[in-house]
Amino acid sequence: MTNPFTYAPAPESRAIVDIASSYGLFIDGEFTEGSGEDRNKTLSPATEEVLAEYVQANEEDVDRAVRAARKAFEKWSALPGAERGKYLFRIARIIQERSRELAVLETLDNGKPIRETRDADLPLVAAHFFYYAGWADKLGHAGFGPEPKPLGVAGQVIPWNFPLLMLAWKIAPALATGNTVVLKPAETTPLSALFFADICRQAGLPKGVVNIVTGDGRTGAALVNHPGIAKVAFTGSTAVGKAIARQLAGTEKKLTLELGGKGANIVFDDAPIDQAVEGIVTGIFFNQGQVCCAGSRLLVQESIQEELLDALKRRLSTLRLGDPLDKNTDIGAINSAEQLARITALARTGETEGAERWSAPCELPSSGYWFAPTLFTGVTQAHTVARDEIFGPVLSVLTFRTPDEAVAKANNSQYGLSAGIWTEKGSRILAVANKLRAGVVWANTFNKFDPTSPFGGYKESGFGREGGRHGLEAYLDV
Amino acid sequence: MSETRSRLSVFKTYKLYVGGKFPRSESGRVYEVTDAKGNWLAHAPLSSRKDARDAVVAARKAFGGWSGATAYNRGQILYRVAEMLEGRREQYVREVAEAEGLSKSKAAAVVDAAIDRWVWYAGWTDKIAQVVGGANPVAGPFFNLSTPEPTGVVAVVAPQDSSLLGLVSVIAPVIATGNTAVVVASEKAPLPALSLGEVLATSDLPGGVVNILSGRTAELSAPLAAHQDVNAIDLTGADAALAKELEIAAADNMKRVFKPGPADFTADPGTGRLTAFLETKTVWHPTGSLGASGSAY
Repeated sequence: MTNPFTYAPAPESRAIVDIASSYGLFIDGEFTEGSGEDRNKTLSPATEEVLAEYVQANEEDVDRAVRAARKAFEKWSALPGAERGKYLFRIARIIQERSRELAVLETLDNGKPIRETRDADLPLVAAHFFYYAGWADKLGHAGFGPEPKPLGVAGQVIPWNFPLLMLAWKIAPALATGNTVVLKPAETTPLSALFFADICRQAGLPKGVVNIVTGDGRTGAALVNHPGIAKVAFTGSTAVGKAIARQLAGTEKKLTLELGGKGANIVFDDAPIDQAVEGIVTGIFFNQGQVCCAGSRLLVQESIQEELLDALKRRLSTLRLGDPLDKNTDIGAINSAEQLARITALARTGETEGAERWSAPCELPSSGYWFAPTLFTGVTQAHTVARDEIFGPVLSVLTFRTPDEAVAKANNSQYGLSAGIWTEKGSRILAVANKLRAGVVWANTFNKFDPTSPFGGYKESGFGREGGRHGLEAYLDV
Repeated sequence: MSETRSRLSVFKTYKLYVGGKFPRSESGRVYEVTDAKGNWLAHAPLSSRKDARDAVVAARKAFGGWSGATAYNRGQILYRVAEMLEGRREQYVREVAEAEGLSKSKAAAVVDAAIDRWVWYAGWTDKIAQVVGGANPVAGPFFNLSTPEPTGVVAVVAPQDSSLLGLVSVIAPVIATGNTAVVVASEKAPLPALSLGEVLATSDLPGGVVNILSGRTAELSAPLAAHQDVNAIDLTGADAALAKELEIAAADNMKRVFKPGPADFTADPGTGRLTAFLETKTVWHPTGSLGASGSAY
């Protein structure tokens, strides 16, 4: 019997994107071949279809890009702030104009639902350029002294979970403050950065101000270790972040790191349950849980555990998993086979350690990388699934009785990036928020972002802030 | 008078300042401290790694209370330190003159500057949040506020050459913002630092907020840089080779590392040392939206 309430397919057309079969590096304002033979393929995680080939940049390529950026730095940093700002405004506008195309591209390359790229990623990308464009001629008012100076060439390495948004977080403040950049997108999601290179061309951005080098971790290592770099900005895993910090020890390079997280989402017994359930879903299943600030530890007050979990499971059963280009899709594909293997292994560890697993009853497509929304109950603080970042759609549920216990459990983590608080009581929100060791605290909401709002972690979630006035500091000599 | 002349002075036994108390090094070791000309001045405790770990425990224990104190209260206490130091001005002029080989008048200027530095930082405690924090105008019905918070326990490698002014310049900003500190005093001139403990102990500063160790800089700073319960490290007094080694160890738990350039402690300190040991916490809260009502009051 067919269910009369099923959705008809509503796929977004991919005809709007013209993906070339092969891409070079973007250095000194031009697309150029790599100096070596090595090439990688990027594929669509939803179908495993190969989308394009791209260059595995080697040390020589990175050197060329850094030199181009260094040369461009003299003129770019000397440009009046108002002029630099106008370039960024142009970029923001072109992104807005091409946002549908870029959303489809990002969904194809990353596997996340079009609903998210269209409604979250792209509007934020444009907003970041728009926000930092306005800072370019107002740096004297930013609180870092009358004439804060740029650092030079910024080497930026970004992850695959928000390829274009992370590019915007890195490039917009760097250019606004007068730096030039060499950016390495992630190995599995290089395409939107290469499309961004075309946007730089359309905006008439001077040659060498933005350079894109593609490749895997070896390219990233060549970039951060290059002596011509004055600043390193990295977003990614804590392990790689620590390695970079060690490599940069004793150098003059300025470093900011946005690393892992194991965010606690705390639900008190007086919380509005339906809103909290939506917040929990947004907290951990947004972008398939591949979010460093995901609310991956649900701390629920014991007295409402049953009610909340029932509501949550009911809600998870209605999530639609499948074709990311379908506008009705809630849960897309996991970014890569490697990431799927990591999530699968950690979920298995959860089971072997005795936590109880529940997965939403949804059919997984036969090709591509998929993982059903999953939650673990009966989790203690010692369980691996309560300690390690899974970076996937896996929620660990813990309970507490008192606010103090909630705070103690929330803070019992090597990480300190995000947290959520759900309660109707304002004073409790403030008291708990005050005690949480986390860089971003969402009260009665979760996973909200804005270019004016600084983002970044405590403890091993890294140091430095991106976004807002605070985000300028990373790119200024202060 | 002959009686006065023949009076034998009372030497001071210099001790560590840890957890608000004045212990000897648990190792029982001391080392000889000389003045600029090489004359014997006193023995200083040669602290051990265990002393460093004990100091971290004391600093962690003190963190909750100190970071939770009102900014006004912290300012009062920092100002009280200045008052206490002023009262012992002569003692410090002598100690600084001996430690750094300065004339009495130059040493007096250094001590005055150190006292004034406490006053400067006392005034910052309740202003830094307004200067570096604030409301963020996010696009949407949210109240969004960024506030600075202390990062936690800070290991401070005090400058080697500026035994009092430099020392005060590195300690005061750390505690002004609500952190607690474990300080490795200047290796060759530790006596003003150990005496500063006596001032801190009588300034209403809760025990453990500042802990002062004397001894070998490298021996003491290595376990602090590697310590999993230390949140930040100030490398001011470490030479390039040691600084690099400490920075590598600090990456283990992502300590905040402060690497100052060449320091001129007589210059305006700016806010760099205050902000180096602060985190920014951003809180989002829905405001609800009354947009549709179009209210014009």
